[in-house]
Amino acid sequence: MSNGIVQGIGSDKSAGAVFEKYRVWVGIVVTVALIFLMPAVLSGYSLGLLSKYLCYAMVAVGIGLAWGQGGMLTLGQGLFFGLGAYVMAIHLKLEELGPGQVPDFMAQYGITDLPGFWDLFRNPVVAVIGVAVVPGAVAAVLGILVFGRGVRGAYFAILSQALVAAFSVLLVGQSKTTGGANGLSDFSGFFGYDLTDPANKQMIYYICAFLVLAMVLIVRWIRRSFMGELIIGVRDQENRMKFLGYNPASIKVFAFSLAAMFAGIGGAMFVPVVGIISPSDIGVTPSILMLAGVVIGGRTTLLGPVVGTLLIRFAETQLSDAYPSAWTYIEGLIFILVIAFAPYGLGQAKDLWPWLKERFGGGAGSTVGDVAVVASEAKAVEA
Amino acid sequence: MNMLFPQIVAGLSNGSILLLAALGLSLTFGQMGVINNAHGEFMMAGAYTAYVMSSLIGGNAASLALALVVGFVVAGLLGLLLDVLLLERMRTRPLDTLLVTFGVSLVLQQVARDIFGSTGVYAQAPEALTKPVTIFGYSFPAARLFIFILAIVCVAALYAVLKLTPLGRQIRATSENRDLAEVSGISTKAVDHVTFFIGSGIAGVAGVALSLLNSISYNFGTSFIVQAFLVVVAGGVGQLKGAVIASFVLGLCQSAVELPTSSSIAQMSVFLIVVIFLQFRPQGLVAIRSRNLA
Repeated sequence: MSNGIVQGIGSDKSAGAVFEKYRVWVGIVVTVALIFLMPAVLSGYSLGLLSKYLCYAMVAVGIGLAWGQGGMLTLGQGLFFGLGAYVMAIHLKLEELGPGQVPDFMAQYGITDLPGFWDLFRNPVVAVIGVAVVPGAVAAVLGILVFGRGVRGAYFAILSQALVAAFSVLLVGQSKTTGGANGLSDFSGFFGYDLTDPANKQMIYYICAFLVLAMVLIVRWIRRSFMGELIIGVRDQENRMKFLGYNPASIKVFAFSLAAMFAGIGGAMFVPVVGIISPSDIGVTPSILMLAGVVIGGRTTLLGPVVGTLLIRFAETQLSDAYPSAWTYIEGLIFILVIAFAPYGLGQAKDLWPWLKERFGGGAGSTVGDVAVVASEAKAVEA
Repeated sequence: MNMLFPQIVAGLSNGSILLLAALGLSLTFGQMGVINNAHGEFMMAGAYTAYVMSSLIGGNAASLALALVVGFVVAGLLGLLLDVLLLERMRTRPLDTLLVTFGVSLVLQQVARDIFGSTGVYAQAPEALTKPVTIFGYSFPAARLFIFILAIVCVAALYAVLKLTPLGRQIRATSENRDLAEVSGISTKAVDHVTFFIGSGIAGVAGVALSLLNSISYNFGTSFIVQAFLVVVAGGVGQLKGAVIASFVLGLCQSAVELPTSSSIAQMSVFLIVVIFLQFRPQGLVAIRSRNLA
């Protein structure tokens, strides 16, 4: 059953093939149309919320690659989200200040000289590169240390969680240079554009939407490339990959670093969208909640993480204010029920029909298996 | 010397707290590969048991002793329920249990918030434990000494159960080679349930003990759980001594770094120490030899 989901059905040269060939273009056109439709139908406030969901969707696309494809359960994406966000926040703060000035909170501590890591991101080009490169580099170093020694599975999950816990504690502890528990907030501009202007908010929404689209296409390209096969190979049979002469560590480092970059970019866009970044946005629990959409949407699917994340964040805004207690129960139950009973989330929905037929129709028990076998044979022939 | 001694004492005390929090976790992870994210909430259940006992009976030695027993049973039953209802069906995919148990921890925290409110409460400690005691001329909180002794007692009791009783033999057999245990006539399913009951019960005991030091609220467990996980990773699985050594080493390191710097830097350096340590021993301190490829 999982085979069918993971591998997809091999393409045959029959009637569906034409649609199959142009499916991605149809998808892109429809998505772009939807992206341009949203500002027309949504109020400025709702558009801001949608932009925020899109930031989380960027993180989710990366988690789909690292966890769904690569099998690396990362509970610490908040770290990379936070790194990207703080780089952006530092830059936006410096934009408002003249040379030699320090932010208000530093002045309150009596600091008159900017710390070095602040000054680094004054340059807009460095900041834009930094929001992806800083998280990517941290992930690469961590990945080399951890995957290089064969640490994996639950051990890796725990280390990623511990790292994000330590990072948020560090941010609070070093409040003189990071803003502490209050974080960084009150940004007036975004690379020279006034953030209070609705037109500029719309522009930021477009940036978010097209970033998500670009990330999905990048992941799609990777999934269909040889690298995508390697990533799945490392997930399912790490030792066999080793015997075939591949280095699982470098494949994992690649997928993990890319996921970290996506998270960093998501965090960077979160700052102008929401207007604040603080340690409470990136702690242990927020980091695991970044997985929720991926869980619902289906970890192994391409679009599932995005769809799931948009759904769950939308539901969160709708329900959490009115019923805060009930919402926490729902969130908890989502993790419990989906993971325990439908580990591939909505991506499993297409298996529902064969399953029902098998269960209640009688006699057709081999449908699912056949599809999987046919798919793997088709793949073998292609190769 | 003057500086060193109190620091070592503080480190050992931190280590014993870590050990209490990590002991049950290490047991269940070692046997089933289940990382129980709700372990912290089982500690919370123990802590609230202590609160309920001390408000019913009053803060005396009897209520504390009763709380330790009831806390063990309450948390143990929660764990048993979790294992029977959810984790049992997930034996083939242990990594996913991390997320399922995270969901359980969210639910349990909200249950606690709905029952006890979101503000912290204190369990009234027996009077003897609120005073400092003097060891070698240094004054030291009695509650911390109690926790240190309790941690040692828990380890000794668990060790005795594992080494000396038929149940312990079955637990060790199951964690060393599940299939072989099964074909030797051990019901590994039943053994798993018992192990989970004991491991979770120890979390309850830890919660009762740590309620002597901290205020009790719905997020009581979250402050211990990440460090407890690190102890399990650094200690390796399958044997108690890994967790014991890792707890005390990390506790000592933490207090050594904390004194000249700050607690946030100490937490960061504990993480770095574990990552660097794993460079030399990726399987943790103690690893049972197996034919699995590293």
